[in-house]
Amino acid sequence: MVSFLIQRIIGMVITMFFVSIIVFIIMELPPGDYAERWAFRKFSGTGTQITEADINNIRAEYGLDRPAWERYLNWIGGIVTRGDFGEAFAFQTSVNNVIGQKIWLTLAILFSTLIVTYLIAIPVGIYAAVRRRSVADYTLTVFSYLGLALPNFLLALLLLYITVTVFDSSVGGLFSPEYKDAPWSMAKVVDLLKHLIVPAVVLAWSATALQLQTVRATMSDEINKLSVTAARARGISERKLMLKYPARLAINPVAGSIGFDINRIFSELPIVALVLGLPELGELLIRSYLDLDMFVAGAILLLLTFIIVVMNFFSDILLLILDPRIKLEGR
Amino acid sequence: MEITTNASINGDILLKVKDLKISFKTDEGVITAVDGVNFFVKRGQTLGLVGESGSGKSVSTWAIMRLLPKTAIIDKDSSIEFLRRDGEIVDITKLKPNGREIRDIRGGEAALIFQEPMSSFSPVYTVGNQIMEAILTHRPVSKKEAQEIAVDLLDRVGIPNPRQRFKQYSFELSGGMRQRAMIAVALSSNPSLLIADEPTTALDVTIQAQVLELMKELQEEFGMAIIFITHNLGVIAQIANEIAVMYLGGIVERGPRREIFHNPKHPYTINLLHAIPRIGKGQGQRLVAIEGQIPSPLDRPPGCRFHTRCQEMIPGRCNVDVPKITQVGNNHTVNCFLYEN
Repeated sequence: MVSFLIQRIIGMVITMFFVSIIVFIIMELPPGDYAERWAFRKFSGTGTQITEADINNIRAEYGLDRPAWERYLNWIGGIVTRGDFGEAFAFQTSVNNVIGQKIWLTLAILFSTLIVTYLIAIPVGIYAAVRRRSVADYTLTVFSYLGLALPNFLLALLLLYITVTVFDSSVGGLFSPEYKDAPWSMAKVVDLLKHLIVPAVVLAWSATALQLQTVRATMSDEINKLSVTAARARGISERKLMLKYPARLAINPVAGSIGFDINRIFSELPIVALVLGLPELGELLIRSYLDLDMFVAGAILLLLTFIIVVMNFFSDILLLILDPRIKLEGR
Repeated sequence: MEITTNASINGDILLKVKDLKISFKTDEGVITAVDGVNFFVKRGQTLGLVGESGSGKSVSTWAIMRLLPKTAIIDKDSSIEFLRRDGEIVDITKLKPNGREIRDIRGGEAALIFQEPMSSFSPVYTVGNQIMEAILTHRPVSKKEAQEIAVDLLDRVGIPNPRQRFKQYSFELSGGMRQRAMIAVALSSNPSLLIADEPTTALDVTIQAQVLELMKELQEEFGMAIIFITHNLGVIAQIANEIAVMYLGGIVERGPRREIFHNPKHPYTINLLHAIPRIGKGQGQRLVAIEGQIPSPLDRPPGCRFHTRCQEMIPGRCNVDVPKITQVGNNHTVNCFLYEN
């Protein structure tokens, strides 16, 4: 077990190394660089003549004139040794400052979405499989397909409307105005959780729909296994039987796809965040692409892949615990 | 004329199946899998159910445990009378499908072992866990005691290192070992009836012999009755006291083992016995096969269910009327017009 963990961690480091190279290449891919974009922004329409030398000066100022490999080493070196993700040109400050609080809020959104997804998808999927072809099953299937088909932003707008008109609360952002700049306290956490409900439900809906169908399908297969009939033949009650045998195995595919869910949720996050006015990373990522603010984009991509790699690692360990058929080779 | 119904449930009769008819709702309509099945099992005796695949052996016996899928319909005129341990006689077909009473019987008084020992254990729990589950469901013992009983059972069914096997998963055991463990589960509450649904079919021949031997020993020790389902006449010859031959959802002949083997009456039974390959019977001799195919249950032939393949078919009779149960010897009955009157 220990050497498996060490192996996996080494594997993760290697993965992250290649990911960082790919991310850097992606950052370099768009035509032009921040210097050109900056000069264009600042002087377009003013009639000022910009020469090649001016742009080169800007490049030198931001360190953009160095060869790519040197910039990569500087960048990755800063991250590994000092946790410094470089400079956010457009914000005239460090990437760490720009991302800082947003990364935690993004993580809060991601995890609350995951929790909502699994809390609904697993029990409901199991229920639907047990009551297969019943009214409840069909209703749930319709609801989950609705979740897959409805665009998230529409759902977000709908829930926004309901919360504002029916519950008369402010849903924009992640904090009520009185807590926005207040120091962290119990009341602020509660306020945050309240604000997380709507985005979590919106984002969880389609992920839930997908996982619900996965759980339902696996469960339906497992219910018909001979081992379940054998347990029934031992006189076990239906409820205990269902929970102990098929439900236990129906969780496995869910546990194995946590990384995919994170990726999915994060890709859907920006548009929902835009509608709900959430301060999170997805929207910032898009903006930094537009500005060619390469280190901001790089930091976000790197952090996201890091989260996914870590969650996949977590998935593997979870499966190892859940399914005794998965044996560690040579141990 | 119905000899089977003459035997009364009190006395040494443990189980009496009467006019059992089971249909399945399918997309193509309702299919009758089993129709007019009558048999009884005496305490401590072994009834062999023989027949081709699809003859309704498993369906009839799974009905005794009410383990058939929800699509199965047991006809309301059918009855399966079972003598409970407390002396009460229950009609199993009238019980709630997953109610308290049938659950007490399942595993507690009637146990079932299956053809595939691989898939009859769940792969995510240890063998010991699943044996203990059976014990704890039916016996008022603590977990610690249940564990001791389980290890003892594993030892009794001839599993070496029972304490270690207890902690292992079914996929870590060999096929024969798994079937032994399955038998241990079945015996955990000392049932009065053990239904063995082709328990040796998936095992190779030497292991088959061992498992059969074990079942005979355990029957002597525990005194339970066994319904032994198989399509292998060689196996049935070793274990059964009485044999019922099934064809296309019904019993065609029933009698003591000696009678069935030495004095078979029904043309199907006779053909079945001829189809057994024998070593040293003379080289170059061809195996006798039964002509034709078993008809689909979707269009069951009218009259006698075997008439489409029978060499002694009486036109105008066999393909029109249904033969009744006819007594042809002591405790030996056959459903065939050749012996009526």
